[in-house]
Amino acid sequence: MKSIILQTATRYLLPMLLLFSFFLLFRGHNSPGGGFVGGLVASAAYALYSIAFGVEEAKKLLRIEPVYLIATGLMLALFSGMIAFFSFDTFMTAKWSDLNFPLFGKLGTPLLFDLGVYIVVIGITLKILFTISEEVKP
Amino acid sequence: MLLFSVLSGIIVACLVPFLFKFGRKPASIIISMVPLSLFLYYLFNFGITDNLGYSESIEFFPALGVNLNFVMDSYALIFALIITGIGTAVFFYSSYYLAEHPYLDRFYIYISIFMASMLGIVTSDNMVIMFIFWELTSISSFLLIGFKHREEKSRYSAWQALLVTGSGALALLAGILLLYVITGKMNFSEINAMPGIIQSSTLFLPAMFLVLGGAFTKSAQMPFHFWLPNAMEAPTPVSAYLHSATMVKAGIYLMARINPAFQGAIEWETTLTIFGGITMLFAAYMALKQTDLKRILAYTTLSVLGTLTLLIGIGTPLAMQAMLVYLIAHALYKGTLFLVAGAIDHGTGTRNIDEIGGLRKFMPITAVAATLAAFSMAGVLPLFGFIGKELLYEAALQPNLFGYTTFAIVFLAALFGVVAAGMSAIFPFFGQAKYPNSKPHEASFTMYSGYVITAFLGLLFGLLPMIVSDNVAKAVSDIYYNLPVAVSSSMYLALWHGFNLVLFLSLATLALGIVILMFRKKLFAIIRKINLPEYLLPSKGYDMSISILIASARLTTKVLQNGYLRNYITLILITLLILTSYSLFTFSDLSVISLYHPVTIYEIIIAAIITISTILVVKSSGRLQAVAALGVVGIFVAVVFSIYGAPDLAMTQYSIETLTVILFVLVIYKLPKFMHYSKFSHRMQDFFLASAVGLTMTILILMVTANEMPTEFKEYYGKTSYLLGKGRNIVNVILVDYRALDTLGEIVVLSLAALGVFALLKLKKDDRGFE
Repeated sequence: MKSIILQTATRYLLPMLLLFSFFLLFRGHNSPGGGFVGGLVASAAYALYSIAFGVEEAKKLLRIEPVYLIATGLMLALFSGMIAFFSFDTFMTAKWSDLNFPLFGKLGTPLLFDLGVYIVVIGITLKILFTISEEVKP
Repeated sequence: MLLFSVLSGIIVACLVPFLFKFGRKPASIIISMVPLSLFLYYLFNFGITDNLGYSESIEFFPALGVNLNFVMDSYALIFALIITGIGTAVFFYSSYYLAEHPYLDRFYIYISIFMASMLGIVTSDNMVIMFIFWELTSISSFLLIGFKHREEKSRYSAWQALLVTGSGALALLAGILLLYVITGKMNFSEINAMPGIIQSSTLFLPAMFLVLGGAFTKSAQMPFHFWLPNAMEAPTPVSAYLHSATMVKAGIYLMARINPAFQGAIEWETTLTIFGGITMLFAAYMALKQTDLKRILAYTTLSVLGTLTLLIGIGTPLAMQAMLVYLIAHALYKGTLFLVAGAIDHGTGTRNIDEIGGLRKFMPITAVAATLAAFSMAGVLPLFGFIGKELLYEAALQPNLFGYTTFAIVFLAALFGVVAAGMSAIFPFFGQAKYPNSKPHEASFTMYSGYVITAFLGLLFGLLPMIVSDNVAKAVSDIYYNLPVAVSSSMYLALWHGFNLVLFLSLATLALGIVILMFRKKLFAIIRKINLPEYLLPSKGYDMSISILIASARLTTKVLQNGYLRNYITLILITLLILTSYSLFTFSDLSVISLYHPVTIYEIIIAAIITISTILVVKSSGRLQAVAALGVVGIFVAVVFSIYGAPDLAMTQYSIETLTVILFVLVIYKLPKFMHYSKFSHRMQDFFLASAVGLTMTILILMVTANEMPTEFKEYYGKTSYLLGKGRNIVNVILVDYRALDTLGEIVVLSLAALGVFALLKLKKDDRGFE
């Protein structure tokens, strides 16, 4: 089921969807968005790619085994909670830097946590997607 | 610094895989340096300087009173030094003993975690934190007992140890919570200061027995003892470390630690004396029936654990002193003997005492260490065990609840101890040379250096008891409520107490023991023939409850999870229906519902689209159509969300719907067409169920919206979201800040679900016999 139209469109859509997912992730703190939706959009991008080019190509594009993404995301989320230990605060106390960055706004541990959620969601969705599509292969 | 020293084992465990990249030998040496440096840290920072009572506190869950409070007092120091000291010997020993083992790295991970959790138990002042470490020791012990996981017996023993100590730990947790209910305090130091309040409470007995449930299972008291001999399936260094020197003493530690709160209560003293006495005698007898070196040592360990419990039960300052001395002496000689047993196993290939003898010619250094340890175990002058035995007799002769019965039991157990010492450590090395296979060889330096040092420490402490005397006296005042200063300052240890009754009794024990050993052949033949009837053994009870558990799990699985997704959904919906409608129609006032709501035109359109697509889902004859129609339902539910001002929810719903449809399409793309439809009667059943659920949910939502919504949460989040959470999107700030812990839990669950999908699809029938 290879379609030139879909493939060409996907080539342009993939980077845009990924950019959009980052946008959602970073704006989440002040406007609708966030790590969960961002992660879903990013996985939708890869899902689209795997429909257009096949799962093998999508895996090649991702380069990294989704299970590692799950692990990385969980560790990141956990670590963001542990940063508070360094100032002898309780687990998950939010820490903010006072600097204001363009695009990101203020940087703080909740943003890191959200990034962890984002990565975990991509890992989970793609792991399920890849596993199922491999299984149904003739 | 104290907190860091406790957790360093866990940190090292995380580094082990990377260290092993530099080679096995250097890695194991580097890891073995950790207990050594901890030992030196505790020794120089707390042992030699007068820094005791040092405490550290970090807030953890202040709302629940659960904080990281760590205290290093004399009592904790004794344990900390045993844990790290024996730990050093065991870590070095393992680097050679398990040098060829493919999973050496895992071994070091487990045992480092174990060491850290053990240090955590003895230094935590907060009971809940102690409990967490307590559970960690059970888990790491499970992994270590089941280290040879390809063997059925290892797995069985590991499960047994985990289930017995784990269920005991649940009792302990309940006990801790009851103590919290009684006193409102979470720290040992606070609880121990209010024995009056605790003992006059009606909850005192439940709390005490629950705490004892934890301590008895961990310290393998009768009738929970059976897991300990089975735990000998673990590699020998593990037995030496966990199952003689440290973990099994955690229960003893706890009983003495909490003693000030329970002290003086007649139930406390009676229970401990009875259980300790029975364990002591029964285990000593069982030891004589064994031929496996490690099992003999396991049963003598049990006997000693009984002795220690009994001493806490006697409860006088002298008994406490005896308990501590006996505990130190035991850790030194039993650690040595287990490591020696491993060396014998390594050198000869067997642990059967009937097959070995006269090994001193081949293993001279090990023979010296074994002899010293055996003498300490038997209580021979001038070893540390002798002082322990003298104190034990003195304490048992003091007036107590059971009079001379106590002494008689103690005497018998000590006598068996002498015999067991001969069996396990003297006869393998002396007499006629005997070995099953090739010529035995001496252990290497990394192996024997550890147990030679512990053996000689037993001699050193015996000759110069003043090294430990002072600290033991201080430790007694840590575990005894209101110890008079005069008593504490008059407590000192000495090797020679003059010619008195106790000395005579000690000598009599030795002499009798030697006589028994001389006639051992005939005696053992008799003892090995006597077997308890099987149904009397508590381990049968364990096996039975496990099989009942498995049978009931099978039954519920058969009924509730029969593999048909439609039945699961039916069951879930029926449960939902019953519970919701029950509370809805019994507890709430349905008259507040008003059926007149203004409806806009686009609401009608959305409702119509949703309804039509639902009908399409049910009626469609192809899978693809059904999935597409289901997707339309989902998308329009999301439209509802966006109309009513929940953009975050709507966005998520859109993406989820898209991905679900993609997944569905991937799956059904390969599936055949519908073969047959469900029967009309089934469809009618489903229809009624669906309608009933729909109706109930509608009424529920009408109820919810008819009442006024409490606004305080909304106001609170609205006010603080930007000030505290630094974000204007309240939904997201709740997710990543206020309730981040929930989110963390959710993403863990999601990850497990992904792994579950992977495992279910990849696990083929032919691999493991599963479908």
